[in-house]
Amino acid sequence: MIAPGQASDVVIDVHGLTKSFGGRTVVRDLSLQVKRGTIYGFLGPNGSGKTTTIRMLCGLLTPDQGTGTCLGYDIRTETEKIKRQIGYMTQRFSLYQDLSVRENLEFVARIYGLPQPAKAASDMIEHIGLVGREEQIAGLLSGGWKQRLALGACTLPGPQLLLLDEPTAGVDPKARREFWNEIHALAARGLTALVSTHYMDEAERCHEIAYIAYGELLAHGTVDEVVRQSNLTTFSVTGEGLVQLAAELEKKPGIDSVAPFGASLHVSGRDAAALEAAIAAHRDHTGLNWKQIDASLEDVFIGLMAQAKDNVT
Amino acid sequence: MSAMSNLVRAGFWRRVGAMIRKEFVQLRRDRITFATIITIPLMQLVLFGYAINTQPRNLPTAVLLQESSDVGRSILKALENTKFFKITQQVHDEAEFDRVLAAGEVLFAIEIPRGFERALRRGDRPALLVAADATDPVATSTALGALNNLVALALRNDRSIPDGGTPAFEIRTHARYNPAGSSQLNIVPGLMGTILTLTMLIFTALSVTREVERGTMESLLAMPITPLEIMLGKIVPYVLIGFLQAALIVGAGVLLFDVPILGNIVLLAALSTLFIATNLAVGYTFSTLAQNQLQAVQMAMMFFLPNMLLSGFIFPFLGMPVWAQWFSEGLPLTHYIRIVRSIMLKGSTLADLHYDALALVGLMLVAMIIAVTRFRRTLD
Repeated sequence: MIAPGQASDVVIDVHGLTKSFGGRTVVRDLSLQVKRGTIYGFLGPNGSGKTTTIRMLCGLLTPDQGTGTCLGYDIRTETEKIKRQIGYMTQRFSLYQDLSVRENLEFVARIYGLPQPAKAASDMIEHIGLVGREEQIAGLLSGGWKQRLALGACTLPGPQLLLLDEPTAGVDPKARREFWNEIHALAARGLTALVSTHYMDEAERCHEIAYIAYGELLAHGTVDEVVRQSNLTTFSVTGEGLVQLAAELEKKPGIDSVAPFGASLHVSGRDAAALEAAIAAHRDHTGLNWKQIDASLEDVFIGLMAQAKDNVT
Repeated sequence: MSAMSNLVRAGFWRRVGAMIRKEFVQLRRDRITFATIITIPLMQLVLFGYAINTQPRNLPTAVLLQESSDVGRSILKALENTKFFKITQQVHDEAEFDRVLAAGEVLFAIEIPRGFERALRRGDRPALLVAADATDPVATSTALGALNNLVALALRNDRSIPDGGTPAFEIRTHARYNPAGSSQLNIVPGLMGTILTLTMLIFTALSVTREVERGTMESLLAMPITPLEIMLGKIVPYVLIGFLQAALIVGAGVLLFDVPILGNIVLLAALSTLFIATNLAVGYTFSTLAQNQLQAVQMAMMFFLPNMLLSGFIFPFLGMPVWAQWFSEGLPLTHYIRIVRSIMLKGSTLADLHYDALALVGLMLVAMIIAVTRFRRTLD
């Protein structure tokens, strides 16, 4: 038995979380385990329940059903203790737009009762590379700088767990890369981070991922595990008339997803034999070039989404 | 050319039409705005229509009878027959006479002096003393005006009094605390309460809804800070601002309008601070109930109107029916108007005002308790 708040292997451990709003179930029977020091990617389309799940983990929403702990504290009854040890970065910039960089950081430092708020803020300004901009009004910063400031603010109190809700939305590639480097540096020091994202390349930067759609957790594990578990066979087609081909293939049984990737079309199915049978008639078309490839994470997710949609409707 | 301008004009109305349609759809979705469209005119009209009376009747009056006589009784009866005066208590000496006026228990005090009847029968034209609390000239002036007819009518049927063509007795009125009947002496203290109510309500009514609308509330809720701490943190800065406002108004009142401060200025400052805090607490409560800033402002307005109209600032408090008076006891401005008028114009002390001070404390605590319990700790 590990005392609450003490170092244990599992930082997030929740079972059967369910939450509905106005009769619509947004998260359904979701279970999740995240180990200490892991960067855990939380993937899924818009409206899939990622934000709702994160809010339940940090006590901002009360689950309708389900139980669990976050940092060893009960997510229903000990939310005040959880709040002291997490850093939550909201999807929308939620620091004070009319305070300066320094004022925002000092405010956070004082709320958490850090001994030297001014010094803590200065150190963080230096750490996140905002020296020279500390007196700038936060609302006037560019997207990338806002994101750095927000990350700085939620790491300032020295949390054990970061909950980052789409932190890189609307941020340029260079800032995204720097952001991920920072997350890895923090994880190396023992911090755990749950990061929700839309970007597949970011999923591959995570130690583990979970994929959620329509409120249900559809797959989880390392990237390789998720791809392997999907048992997906994928063909890449290049050539003429791909738009028409896609329309024809989509209706056929045995084909789970058809998706254009640049100049090629990815055709995937869980049952390799059924997939081969479905495409057999098109394989000899002149002008089309078929090639079996390893399924990418994106193929897997598009397949999972199609599958989940079938289950829901 | 004209075809072209016709076309533009046709497009003009189509675009205006599209905009009107969109506004109606949005209005229908915004239930609170929709509700205020109906309730503000209806509720306020009924409330104020029945409650407000600029010619107040049945004003509480004390009498000091220095002799017991038939003419005295006739005069008092005639006073009550005017419907303006209602004799609520009998006092026994000059000191009590002064005290009930100062404490605001009555608006008028009437003294029938010793030897009044005898002087009357001799044709000496004795004087009847009517002292009025003129801090609110509107409330007392009509009643004082009615006194003029009284002399002729009161003793019409008493044949033992000589009729020399001149009035049989004289009514000596004494407008206390505001002898000139200057309306500025009443309006400056009243405005102070009204201005503070409006500004304080708006300051805090927006405070929580602004954080919700800007998205900062989500971060704040994820931090280790309690609803009580948030509330106090949001109220305290405005107490200072309100205090500054109050000081400005008092200063201007004294310098520009020669409003006196007869009472203790420290007591005035302390009770003003209490009043400011009460309004801030009420405004804060609205901000925990409202969904957005517009709703918060609408709630503040719904609260402000009865404060302004029923507190006794614009229309006489005692002119309202009893139910409206009870209703007004629940409004902070009612108590503050009494406090400010009493301290500035009458020189009242805390002993005179303890009821109103306690009422303000009570209202503030009720508002704060509602605010803290209604504060949404989660986003559910």
